[in-house]
Amino acid sequence: MSQLWSVYIIVLVVLNLVGCAVLLFWNSRMSAEEAQRETTGHSFDGIEELNKPLPRWWLWLFVGTLLFSAAYLALYPGLGNYAGMLGWTSSGQWQKEVDFVDRQTAPLFAEYAKVPVEELVQYDEVLEVGARLYMQNCAMCHGADARGARGYPNLTDGAWQWGGSPEAIRVSISEGRRANMMAFGPMLGGEDGIVDMAWYVAALSRPELAERDGVAERIERAAPRFAMCTACHGAEGRGNPQFGAPDLTDGNWLYGGRIEDIAQTLRDGRFGHMPGHAGLLSPERIHVLTAYIFSLSLQDEDD
Amino acid sequence: MQYHYRVVRQFAVMTIVWGLVGMFVGVWIAAQMAWPVLNFDLPWTSFGRLRPLHTNAVIFAFGGSALIGSSYYVVQRTCETPLAFPRLAAFTFWGWTAAIVLAAISLPLGATTAKEYAELEWPINILIAVVWIAYAVVFFTTIARRRTSHIYVANWFYGAFILTIALLHVVNNLAIPVSMWKSYSVFSGTVDAMVQWWYGHNAVGFFLTAGFLAMMYYFVPVQAQRPIYSYRLSIVHFWALIAIYMWAGPHHLHYSSLPDWTQSLGMVFSIVLLAPSWGGMINGVMTLSGAWDKLRTDPIIRFMIVALAFYGMATFEGPMMSIKTVNALSHNTDWTVGHVHAGALGWVAMITMGCMYVLIPRIFNRRAMYSTGWIFAHFWLSTVGTVLYIASMWISGLMQGLMWRAVNTDGTLAYSFIQEMEYRFPYYVVRLIGGTIFFLGMVLMAWNVWKTLRETHDDQGADNVLMATDDADAARGGR
Repeated sequence: MSQLWSVYIIVLVVLNLVGCAVLLFWNSRMSAEEAQRETTGHSFDGIEELNKPLPRWWLWLFVGTLLFSAAYLALYPGLGNYAGMLGWTSSGQWQKEVDFVDRQTAPLFAEYAKVPVEELVQYDEVLEVGARLYMQNCAMCHGADARGARGYPNLTDGAWQWGGSPEAIRVSISEGRRANMMAFGPMLGGEDGIVDMAWYVAALSRPELAERDGVAERIERAAPRFAMCTACHGAEGRGNPQFGAPDLTDGNWLYGGRIEDIAQTLRDGRFGHMPGHAGLLSPERIHVLTAYIFSLSLQDEDD
Repeated sequence: MQYHYRVVRQFAVMTIVWGLVGMFVGVWIAAQMAWPVLNFDLPWTSFGRLRPLHTNAVIFAFGGSALIGSSYYVVQRTCETPLAFPRLAAFTFWGWTAAIVLAAISLPLGATTAKEYAELEWPINILIAVVWIAYAVVFFTTIARRRTSHIYVANWFYGAFILTIALLHVVNNLAIPVSMWKSYSVFSGTVDAMVQWWYGHNAVGFFLTAGFLAMMYYFVPVQAQRPIYSYRLSIVHFWALIAIYMWAGPHHLHYSSLPDWTQSLGMVFSIVLLAPSWGGMINGVMTLSGAWDKLRTDPIIRFMIVALAFYGMATFEGPMMSIKTVNALSHNTDWTVGHVHAGALGWVAMITMGCMYVLIPRIFNRRAMYSTGWIFAHFWLSTVGTVLYIASMWISGLMQGLMWRAVNTDGTLAYSFIQEMEYRFPYYVVRLIGGTIFFLGMVLMAWNVWKTLRETHDDQGADNVLMATDDADAARGGR
């Protein structure tokens, strides 16, 4: 804020507060002559006005709030660019509270950080901490039960788009992931070509579809074009966690497995985005969170 | 001398009609908060569309009709001159009513600027601006033609309300239209938020406070048949109130991206606002002093005194909630909803009801309302409804605030949002019960008004009709 605006604000604030004080001072007393009259002598539609003085307790309440405001504006920011004697800022207060919590919890998380993820999952109390971190940072997309939703991966099913090793999970949380399925509509030769390819892709996990009327022909027509897909999804369509290219053969569908869903994916592409949390959570917390998410798919394998 | 009462009668009747509509929608969305299935899975009846319909209907339709109607009555009587430009005044009634009907259609259809209490889209805003300027012309010309030496204090408050709302409405709704029913604010980001809450808080200050204080300043002394307690107090609290209120908006944006100095000023001026706000309460309550016996027999006086008590409570709670440390707990919780309704139900609606019970018989040439017993019943329904509403929201809000900040030893939050939300259910049911009771009181009032207008006798069997306006005044001992 420029000096001019700062002065403008200070002048307005002071005028308002001093104006109130002057108004009070002017009206705090009555002349002896005025005090003798019972009413102002006005009458409006029969309504008269008494000539009572300002109630003292009210007057002092008003003065008290004015004194408070003067003191507050001396101590805290308020008068334009003047920072206040205490040097208080709202971001400073926030940082202080965050630092306090970090200091309090640092020893606990430092202990956890020493233990590798594979071992950490054996400790229930660690998984409880991880579950709470999950509820506050992950549940809004992946769901309270971690089973995901359309466009948000299920974390419990053992199917990993970007790899399911503790290290891969840690990177997903920390750095985030950006998936990029290109829009293939024009390259597949229009709507018929898109639907042909959708049947081809669907049949990778459900070969019995080929027995339906006309589907075998569609698959045959699409087969040569599948070469375009192999760059990312591999020759057998088993995907590649290096690119976050999903396995097309496992029957697991992030954006739906119906023909129209797959056709839409092919036509318009998909752009999944997992935001990175390195700026939000300390590495030690991400370590615990990794252990918790790793444990979710372990349970799945036990089932 | 012939006063113009036609437009006052029209506004008075529509006050009752919009009260019924607005409060019904309020009850409905309160039920949706407890049982979301009551939105029937239709876009037009979803909470997001009905909530602005509720707020616009109770503030601008119910409250607005009461304010404009009563101001036309009060300004004539206290200036001892007929209303200026009666045809322009008639236009303000039809224009205002048209704006409300357009709001009631466009909001459920999803047309919204997404600015709280200023959701209406640009064509309606232009209509409102035109109507408001016409209203200002009628009001201030009547004042200019007054036959009294001074301007009565009620008219100062009405005048401040009219001028400020014009300014607030125009500035906050400055927008660039992109189609008939969509526009974008000319302000952006934090500046937009600040302008919005400068508008929003002064809508509370000048519409819901100054306007209704004006009503209070006329109808309380008239009904109590007592002089105003202190002329001096009314001067001091009027000027202090209108000077200080303008600054209080930023307390809606504590701990946001608004600069710290702006937040501090919002808080400081909110605290200074306590005494000027209470000035009106003191003047109203002390005017009744010497007429306390009337509380036993006159339910209308009860409405007024309880309204003033809720006013005092809400204007103490407001400055307290504006303190940063308190706001850190109360912000975004149901406590805010409770605070608003302490003012909206307890103060605005109850003072309006009290004043309408005085005004309606007078403008329709009746000796009194059809049934005094029903007014007593209405008084208790309103009071009990308000208390249930605000007490449930206080408890729910405090619980929310405390649960949100509870942390475990590992630094994580003790409750997820959904866990906290589950705890709110019983309070939402109590709020719904309170709101329903309050609404039933409004239904009883509407029935009483209907009978007053239809029946020539009251429920005692006595003749309830006065011959003509001038005779009516004479019969009441007025002039």
